[in-house]
Amino acid sequence: MTLWQTFLSRRNSLGSPVLPFVTILLGLTALAAVGNLWFPPESALHVSTYTITLLGKYLSFAMLALAVDIVWGYCGILSLGHGAFFALGGYAMGMYLMRQIGSRGVYGDPVLPDFMVFLDWDVLPWYWLGMDQFWFAMLMVLLVPGLLAFVFGWLAFHSRVTGVYLSIITQALTYALMLAFFRNEMGFGGNNGLTDFKDLLGFSLQADTTRVALLISTALILAGLFTLTHWVLKTRFGKVIEAIRDGEPRVRFLGYRTDRYKVALFVYSAMIAGIAGALYVPQVGIINPGEFAPLNSIEIVVWVAVGGRGTLYGAVIGALLVNYAKTRFTALMPDGWLFMLGALFVLVTLLLPKGLAGLYGQLSTSWKRDQTDQHPPNKEATS
Amino acid sequence: MKQALLMLGCWLALWSTQTMAETETTPSYEDLLIELTEANLNTTQPILEQIEATEHPDVLVLFKTLLDGNLNFRKADQALISIIDINGTDQYTEFSTGTAIDPLGRRDVTKIRVNNNLRNYLTSAIGRLQLTSPNPELRKAAVLSLLDNLQPSTAAELTRLRTEEDNRSVLASIDLALAMYSAESGDSTAAKITAIDKLSESLEPSARNLLFSLERDAEDPAVQDAATEALKKIDGKVTFYGYVDQLFFGLSLGSVLLLAAIGLAITFGVMGVINMAHGEMLMLGAYTTYVVQLLMPGYINYSIWVAIPAAFIVAGLFGILIERCVIRFLHGRPLETLLATFGISLILQQLVRTVFSPLNRRVAAPDWMSGSLEINPVLSLTYNRLTILIFALIVFVALLLIMKKTALGLYVRAVSQNRDMAKAMGIKTDRVDALTFGLGSGIAGIGGVALSQLTNVGPNLGQAYIIDSFMVVVFGGVGNLLGTLVAAFTLGIANKFLEPITGTVLASILVLVFIILFIQKRPKGLFPQRGRASE
Repeated sequence: MTLWQTFLSRRNSLGSPVLPFVTILLGLTALAAVGNLWFPPESALHVSTYTITLLGKYLSFAMLALAVDIVWGYCGILSLGHGAFFALGGYAMGMYLMRQIGSRGVYGDPVLPDFMVFLDWDVLPWYWLGMDQFWFAMLMVLLVPGLLAFVFGWLAFHSRVTGVYLSIITQALTYALMLAFFRNEMGFGGNNGLTDFKDLLGFSLQADTTRVALLISTALILAGLFTLTHWVLKTRFGKVIEAIRDGEPRVRFLGYRTDRYKVALFVYSAMIAGIAGALYVPQVGIINPGEFAPLNSIEIVVWVAVGGRGTLYGAVIGALLVNYAKTRFTALMPDGWLFMLGALFVLVTLLLPKGLAGLYGQLSTSWKRDQTDQHPPNKEATS
Repeated sequence: MKQALLMLGCWLALWSTQTMAETETTPSYEDLLIELTEANLNTTQPILEQIEATEHPDVLVLFKTLLDGNLNFRKADQALISIIDINGTDQYTEFSTGTAIDPLGRRDVTKIRVNNNLRNYLTSAIGRLQLTSPNPELRKAAVLSLLDNLQPSTAAELTRLRTEEDNRSVLASIDLALAMYSAESGDSTAAKITAIDKLSESLEPSARNLLFSLERDAEDPAVQDAATEALKKIDGKVTFYGYVDQLFFGLSLGSVLLLAAIGLAITFGVMGVINMAHGEMLMLGAYTTYVVQLLMPGYINYSIWVAIPAAFIVAGLFGILIERCVIRFLHGRPLETLLATFGISLILQQLVRTVFSPLNRRVAAPDWMSGSLEINPVLSLTYNRLTILIFALIVFVALLLIMKKTALGLYVRAVSQNRDMAKAMGIKTDRVDALTFGLGSGIAGIGGVALSQLTNVGPNLGQAYIIDSFMVVVFGGVGNLLGTLVAAFTLGIANKFLEPITGTVLASILVLVFIILFIQKRPKGLFPQRGRASE
């Protein structure tokens, strides 16, 4: 067997798509980084900083899609509120970046962010304390979405709220948070959110090197989370999760506390969404309550649906493709994008229930019809 | 002869002085009008008082025109001209004769100006003049307009009028005015206290203001105490009516929620189809109202009767189209239905944005829906909210009857309970599905007509209601129309009672949180279905 064959044969063994996925992801990121830093702007191989930022944004969206795929594709929990966890992670990072501005703000207050000075506040609210420490802020990026997911998931799964009801409640959750964050009294900048960031860990956010470093960190973290998630889903825990998706009552009758499994998975997924938000904010330079909008959360679901759920890599591909299409489309004809998005929803659910990854699977099974180790078709998520 | 001439001269002189004296004391109405055109702001009031004293029949009209700032005079001959703006064009009328004349140039006329002092005087003078009007409504309004400026003369006049008055509502207001007068300037403490007791029954703001000033400034402590007591009593009543007002607003919000959710109660509740494009059916109904008004510009008062069936048909047809093209392929796959219908909602929103505009459109309300029903000085119910409340209940009852008494309703319930069995009994399930979906969407369209009377019509109209509608249906119990009714009004009232305490945004958040917690406790809603239908 050649090395290439070994590489390919891994598809049907444990941890199959991880190696190709990580290789391609990191390879492309490295190429982009080299293209930006080593080649001068006039060279044909130069990659503009704008592209680097865009790629970084796409990769954080891909991470978010991964988070949704974990719960939707593997456990049948259709969350229409994952944007909330993403935004919370983003706000935690935004608060850290706000504190880093220091006295460089418009009002020059060494402690208070501009919007608090504007609101005539004298002291920093208690929940802003400690956010000037990077390690503490990063802990919050994990803990705040995780805690919300734990409380929400524990309440919902414990009382066996499933299917569409759960979806609608998750949507209501993100809607309520959006209303709350729009309020100035909440102390998160109200309408305008948090912006005007200067630097991260002492590096200027405007510098090309920082941008490239952010892209590389995003790619590395995505690769790491992808590998970790793949491993988690291959363990016994992952098998129970998949079993819950295919027949929750049976799993329950077999003696598993299905609600606890679901809560654990939901928290894990929310934390990934939080990390994605934290990586997104320094790259786009702003976080505002608009990120909580129910439409944003539902867009994530369409990324996963387009790419194909229950495959992890499908979610990543879907997020990249749809967002690329969105960037191109909104530039060409701004009004057309919502038509496109709407049509995507309808067509994917009607014609491509398993997404692009599923299409590939279908075609390959029809090619290998006479092979004995045929892959059993993925069961529909029942709910 | 010389003497005779002297006598004549004396007589003439006397005569002329006599007539001069006469003009000094009681100048004629016409003369006074001339004087009015020559007066400045400081000298106008005495002239107006003299005009009022002439008791000329035109005085009331004159004062009203003056108060409205429409009184002018022609510079050439000092004749009074009223200039009234009718639909953007100025209508010139000669005041003394009441005949319309050709418009004059801006330079040929001068406006007779009034300041706030004069306005106060004019308002109370108009009040005094209207006291004898044959229309009881006007008489009452006249009495009420006098409340802030009670003079001994007015009180005497009112006492005299009281004996002649036979209208109860006018009598009550005269009594109030007299009580206010004697509370302020009564002969004895006892009389003042009796009057204050009477005032405690009233909700008029003027009476309340008087009591406040008495509580603060009255010399007699007994009067002060009585005023405090009366104010306490009035405050209690005002608080009570405040609650009634909140209740009404809650019911109004509830009726809006009901109209938004009731179509969903059919498609989601009975059929079990998650239609995220339901909000857009409301929007389509609202836009239909807008289009109907554009098509019949002269008939705003009637267009709404055309808009209701039109909205039902438009939204219903869209519903049937969606069911036939998308939803029927997704039976038994609720999550996919949710996503596909969400896509449809995005397309419909963008469609409206492209066809009309992303800006909000205003739908005019018919005359009979504007204004409000005044129950007392602190409580008035606006007619549009009242109409929509009644309308929502009518729609609800109609829908309930369709579901319980017609063949379609029977089929719908049969199909939703057991599709295969219904099919075996010969029910054309495909057709029933399409019709039910059309019915639910059509009802939402009618809801949109009602919403267009309360808010501006825009592409995001539906989005604002979709989450609330789902909450109402889930809270009330899926598949239970009566539950939807109770849930809509409960949530509406809860929202409006929370608002003054917590603010609008926090109130909606609290209600959302409450529903989320409620569904944890009772996942099947307030009124869960029992028996086979619940499976």
